[in-house]
Amino acid sequence: MNNISALYPEVFLSLGIMSVLMIGVFIKNSYNLVNKLCLSILFITIAIIFNSLDNSEKVFLGSFSKDKFSDFIKILILVSSIFVLSTTQNFINNIKISKFEYPILILLSILGMFFMVSANDLILFYLGLELQSLALYILASINRSDLRSTESGIKYFVLSALSSGLLLYGCSLLYGFTGSTNYEIIQTQLSDNNIGALFATVFIIVGLAFKVSAVPFHMWTPDVYEGSPTSVTNFFAVVPKIAGIAVIIRFMDVPFKMILSEWQLIVIFLSIASMILGAVAAIGQTNIKRLLAYSSIGHIGYILAGISTGEINGYSSSIIYLTIYVIMNLGAFSCLYFMRVNSSYTETIDDLSGLSRNNPFLAFAFLIIFFSLAGIPPLGGFFAKFYVFIAVIESELYFLAIVGLITTVISAFYYLKIIKLIYFDDNKREFDQVKDLNSSTVMIISCIFLATLFLYPSIFNNIIISIFNI
Amino acid sequence: MIEVGLGHYLTLGAIIFFLGIIGIFLNRKNVIVILMSIELILLAVNINLISFSIFTGDILGQIFTMLILTVAAAEAAIGLAIIVVYYRNRGSIRVEDINQMKG
Repeated sequence: MNNISALYPEVFLSLGIMSVLMIGVFIKNSYNLVNKLCLSILFITIAIIFNSLDNSEKVFLGSFSKDKFSDFIKILILVSSIFVLSTTQNFINNIKISKFEYPILILLSILGMFFMVSANDLILFYLGLELQSLALYILASINRSDLRSTESGIKYFVLSALSSGLLLYGCSLLYGFTGSTNYEIIQTQLSDNNIGALFATVFIIVGLAFKVSAVPFHMWTPDVYEGSPTSVTNFFAVVPKIAGIAVIIRFMDVPFKMILSEWQLIVIFLSIASMILGAVAAIGQTNIKRLLAYSSIGHIGYILAGISTGEINGYSSSIIYLTIYVIMNLGAFSCLYFMRVNSSYTETIDDLSGLSRNNPFLAFAFLIIFFSLAGIPPLGGFFAKFYVFIAVIESELYFLAIVGLITTVISAFYYLKIIKLIYFDDNKREFDQVKDLNSSTVMIISCIFLATLFLYPSIFNNIIISIFNI
Repeated sequence: MIEVGLGHYLTLGAIIFFLGIIGIFLNRKNVIVILMSIELILLAVNINLISFSIFTGDILGQIFTMLILTVAAAEAAIGLAIIVVYYRNRGSIRVEDINQMKG
């Protein structure tokens, strides 16, 4: 009955975390060693997932579902975490927070995300979510002698715990009014007549919107992005977003499938609000991490637009957008590791002015990534938006598509403003010459990917449509 | 005498839940109060789950409650630890003083 082989990736990851923790405890100054071991654990986990790619089954009384969708999301999470862990090594050593707990906490939150993504039961989902959040609270305040890092830790803790509470209240009502915590049973019990359960779905959607920082539940995002160390922000901007979006898609596709008309309006509202705020609020920012925070809020809006269609086409367009968003953000953050003036990292946008004169290579990377974030063809970001808008128009949500296009134009303003600063303004401060092989590799991979996607844009389409044929 | 039914328990749960939420948003004094409000929210959920579990005769709700209790303890521990490091840097845990980043 219980086929534990479906859980091999999670089992291996948790055993690996515990043994690496022991190594960290007993060997002094072991950050670099632990980081390498954690990277190899992630690589082996990818291999384990690839080993059983075609099986899909539900184990442990239907509470854990291993299918193509969860496998794809897990691989995406693992690959992006490998990029994050390898690029941040230099940064962490430079700002002297090289504690061995850092990679271990990242691995723990990945383990939580694995359970979230695979959960087919409210209990398992909640436990995975909390495992992820508890690790992220500590990560946000990992630089414990820095006021801003600890403050971002407090803010993230309070708002995230509140959102977990809302989500949990929704789960308790859903359990009471449908009589089960299993997603499939909830699907059969949920209908337009079950008012109590509909009330519960609102709480659950609000809690999930907090986790992916959709407006109006975004207020923690800019502060946490700005306050935490850049390496942690890099992780926050990419990996929890993947897990959050995957969980939203699973909730909409399995338990809430029969009440599409009820949640569709809520998701459309979240999407429109996020797109507008992401476009407008980023204009006045002077800190580049804060700007990227608002930009990520806007991107979440486009992803939610794809989800709000409630169809497989829309979901797969959202996953395509998510994948390209992840690649763009990995590239953007690896550029930030090169912004060093007088041996300390700078985050102000003004420091970028005239960058093209003394560092043309970095300036060109900024150019490609910011053009792609703005969605200018033929770069990757354009195809992401293209697929989402096609799906939205096919489900006849024309208003959503119009708002999306308008906000794309508005948000292009602040991306282009940075490009103008880099290429046409006077040089104010000269960046140090930083040699960081890992970050430049990620930057180059990301740029090449974004610049050459137009040669064969359907490469994702085929893979991602196939993961939904469960 | 009033017969105490499921509705009463759910009302109690809802009242405690909203007290917790109001406590987070109206509180201007101390971060510890926020921590207590979060605990209140989780306790309200536990009341809900236990009463549902008793009235539907399904054991799953009580299992869920035990798990929530352990998670709440872990969350409180981490929250207090973060507040302690913050106090070391700032010298105060008043909510008004948490204002280094704005915009």
